[in-house]
Amino acid sequence: MSETFTKGMARNIYFGGSVFFILIFLALAYHTEQTLPKRTNEAAMSESVVRGKLVWEQNNCIGCHTLLGEGAYFAPELGNVYERRGGEQSFKPFLHAWMKAQPTGAAGRRQMPQFNLTEQEVDDMAEFLKWTSKIDNFNWPPNKEG
Amino acid sequence: MSVTNPHLKFASQAVAKPYFVFALMLFVGQILFGLIMGLQYVVGDFLFPLIPFNVARMVHTNLLIVWILFGFMGAAYYLIPEEADRELHSPKLAMILFWVFAAAGVLTILGYLFVPYAGLAKMTGNELLPTMGREFLEQPTITKMGIVVVALGFLYNIGMTMLKGRKTTISLVMMTGLIGLAVMFLFSFVNPANLARDKFYWWWVVHLWVEGVWELIMGSMLAFVLIKITGVDREVIEKWLYVIIAMALITGILGTGHHYFWIGAPGVWLWLGSVFSAMEPLPFFAMVLFAFNMVNRRRRQHPNRAAATWALGTTVTAFLGAGVWGFLHTLAPVNYYTHGTQLTAAHGHLAFYGAYAMIVMTLISYAMPRLRGIGEAADERAQTVEIWGFWLMTISMLLITLLLTAAGVVQVWLQRLPADGAAMSFMNTMNQLAVFFWLRLVAGVFFAIGLCCYLSSFRQRGRVAVSEAATA
Repeated sequence: MSETFTKGMARNIYFGGSVFFILIFLALAYHTEQTLPKRTNEAAMSESVVRGKLVWEQNNCIGCHTLLGEGAYFAPELGNVYERRGGEQSFKPFLHAWMKAQPTGAAGRRQMPQFNLTEQEVDDMAEFLKWTSKIDNFNWPPNKEG
Repeated sequence: MSVTNPHLKFASQAVAKPYFVFALMLFVGQILFGLIMGLQYVVGDFLFPLIPFNVARMVHTNLLIVWILFGFMGAAYYLIPEEADRELHSPKLAMILFWVFAAAGVLTILGYLFVPYAGLAKMTGNELLPTMGREFLEQPTITKMGIVVVALGFLYNIGMTMLKGRKTTISLVMMTGLIGLAVMFLFSFVNPANLARDKFYWWWVVHLWVEGVWELIMGSMLAFVLIKITGVDREVIEKWLYVIIAMALITGILGTGHHYFWIGAPGVWLWLGSVFSAMEPLPFFAMVLFAFNMVNRRRRQHPNRAAATWALGTTVTAFLGAGVWGFLHTLAPVNYYTHGTQLTAAHGHLAFYGAYAMIVMTLISYAMPRLRGIGEAADERAQTVEIWGFWLMTISMLLITLLLTAAGVVQVWLQRLPADGAAMSFMNTMNQLAVFFWLRLVAGVFFAIGLCCYLSSFRQRGRVAVSEAATA
């Protein structure tokens, strides 16, 4: 860096640039807030969905699975599991049966713990995953395998 | 600490030592759980149900975050007094906070290991203010509050030191980074019921830490060590530092958008996130130029070769891990296929190791000989062992990254690219990737050997110290 470019200039770029982009970021956050209710179909976010999210969190599901691509990469994506596993007709019974069947105990296979969820908790989780699958996220993941 | 240490400019810098020692102890734990998970990737039921994968992962990632935080705090306690040219405001407060933070950390990890997570949530009253169960922010709400208290005490302590002393660019930048770290952490208490909104603000902690304010902390630590080991004029170093952090924030703030592609956020993020995050390698590239330039222009041959190796190594590895591997999958059309695959894991490992694990070890390498009363540097043999540790760990981590990248590419090929019906399921894809995961585990074992090598370099330094003390 030549001597015509001084420390003071570098500092001004740092301060000016940071403040400028923080303001733009906040404006974009406001824009995001305005669009989220529609994109996520917030009207359909029932109490059951909200309870389901808490069940999801309090059992650390994110420690193995991804949800909308974020989380651990040890077990399948669940943002679209509603569609993958039967949708409107059969997802709920599927989830009940699945949760009861864990762990499978198959030797050498990855095991999902038994979480001892109540019927209500599994119902709530199903509602939460159903609602999540309908978030408008530019059709991610690319196919139903997640 | 009753005997004055002649190798420290200020006696109160000594509080950095327990922070560094504890950081390295947690690092060992992190690698141990990394190895457990590496094995669980191929032998799925290993240690099940004693340590299920989700628990091992939570311990692995939380230990990482906490040891890096201990490293940053130790670094601040070491360099802020030296930059401010006065004793730390309160060494006693620093020691109290050390024990509070260490105890909270250990209790939380023990909680993860010995209490089922749902039970831990119940025990700690998560339902009153639900913050748990989100990636990296799994800590019980009460632990998060403890972290805030520790952070406030810490900021007060180094803030007072700075206010009463000399204000340099390095200390101002570090302070800005640390305040930013504490402020952004407050968003860990924001957990809206709407999942998309939850994820939106979750990234204000995670992204604006590692691709934002942490880069300020890293930059200031690097600048401090480079001034010390090269003797290059402070004006030059500080100009570089401003350029680097300007680039970091100008690209990194809107770069947050690359996490907003597929979570329900609006489309503006698709192109803004792509464009700005594509420029995020720039500050890391500038750090490489910075470090090599300064070392080439050095005015003195510092006896601590190991510290110079770490300083150069952290910039190159961070550029590769955060810069190149980040760029690989940051453009929205690419990320559509790679999001949440083993490619993400590859990037995460090299970026965290290169940028943050290595910058903390850079500072430890520079400061530890002084903190331990040995002198400017450890003896030649100890440094050689330390540099062996450096290469073993760094090359192993590069191998882990390359193997996970290969796994990720095959995963995208099998599971993501084909249409419905033709695409392979996640679990079947994992079976296909087993060979990569086995090799990754081998690389992980070499990393652990490198870590042992690195740690054993401290043992040799100790022996030197004893003999010096005996002759003194």
